[in-house]
Amino acid sequence: MYIIVVGGGKVGYYLTKTLLSEGYEVLLIERNPAKVEAYQEDFGAVVIDGDGAEAATLAAAGAARADVVIAVTGEDEDNLIICQMAKQKFHVGRTIARVNNPKNEHLFRMLGVDVTVSQTNYIRHLIEQAIPKHAFIHLLSLRHEDLAIVDAKISEDSPVAHRSISEIALPPNCIIAAIIRGPHLLVPSGTTEIVPGDDVIAIAHRDYEDELRSLLVA
Amino acid sequence: MKVVIMGCGRVGARIASILDHNGHDVSVIDKESRAFRRLAPDFRGQTIIGTGIDEDVLRSAGIEQAQVFIAVTNGDNRNIMAAQVARHVFNVPEVICRIYDPVREDTYRRLGLTTVCPTTTISAIILDHVIGAGENLPHERGEE
Repeated sequence: MYIIVVGGGKVGYYLTKTLLSEGYEVLLIERNPAKVEAYQEDFGAVVIDGDGAEAATLAAAGAARADVVIAVTGEDEDNLIICQMAKQKFHVGRTIARVNNPKNEHLFRMLGVDVTVSQTNYIRHLIEQAIPKHAFIHLLSLRHEDLAIVDAKISEDSPVAHRSISEIALPPNCIIAAIIRGPHLLVPSGTTEIVPGDDVIAIAHRDYEDELRSLLVA
Repeated sequence: MKVVIMGCGRVGARIASILDHNGHDVSVIDKESRAFRRLAPDFRGQTIIGTGIDEDVLRSAGIEQAQVFIAVTNGDNRNIMAAQVARHVFNVPEVICRIYDPVREDTYRRLGLTTVCPTTTISAIILDHVIGAGENLPHERGEE
């Protein structure tokens, strides 16, 4: 598997280092010649100097045979264009972009980037899990990058408290997978009533996660 | 006509001033407030400090009512990204985007953006003076 990493900041540096140690064929593209020189002492010839949004650089990096291109520069606009150029001109199968402004995650996926990684959202989810007062917890992003498993703690003022599953109009692409009531795991049917104290475990499309949040926990 | 312009350099400021002079409703976005000094002294349009790749900034510039969006910062990638946001998120009918890199310009023109590439345009004008029209141009670096 051949992986091209674009952007030699801290993320790009450690990503390259980790992927190399796991035995992948990796090439790092970095714009700053001084950094390139320093990295070459560390990694050898797998670091090249250039602008990853430029077709000539991607061509020199062998993008046409790359399985994955990962854009982790500090600028969202650069990460987007790098991924789009890799897809459009070099038909790279999988593109991954680091997203600095979390609002851009949805946009990037709409514009053809396969996987987006937002540090801000990732840390937000960790905080939600660590602080129990949050009623709605993002537990896991599934391998299918658009789906998430969430846990909603139902309180007395939840809009769905004391209502049966069939009475609840869920957002599109969301299902209630399980209800945890005390020690019991319930497999919900249409007649199952949600009561305060329940943990509702749902699978949600990322685009509808916020809608599901306001439906379940208000 | 409502027009939003991102980038108040020489080109952006000139387009904004002329459209404003002709009675159009113009908003100009730039990262630096001093860039707005390039606008005509009698400019009556709106100036917004910020980056046009942020949807909130575009909204405050009135992108939702705009008939035209013009991306003319000096960053190709920023122009391309903002143009795609204007086109695909806000459905602006006419989106024009400056791209200096001829390869990127070609790629995004094929994807349906209206693009202007000063590099090829200016080179063609100068070459026309030097060697006359009809000469073969070499392939761009990075073109297959």
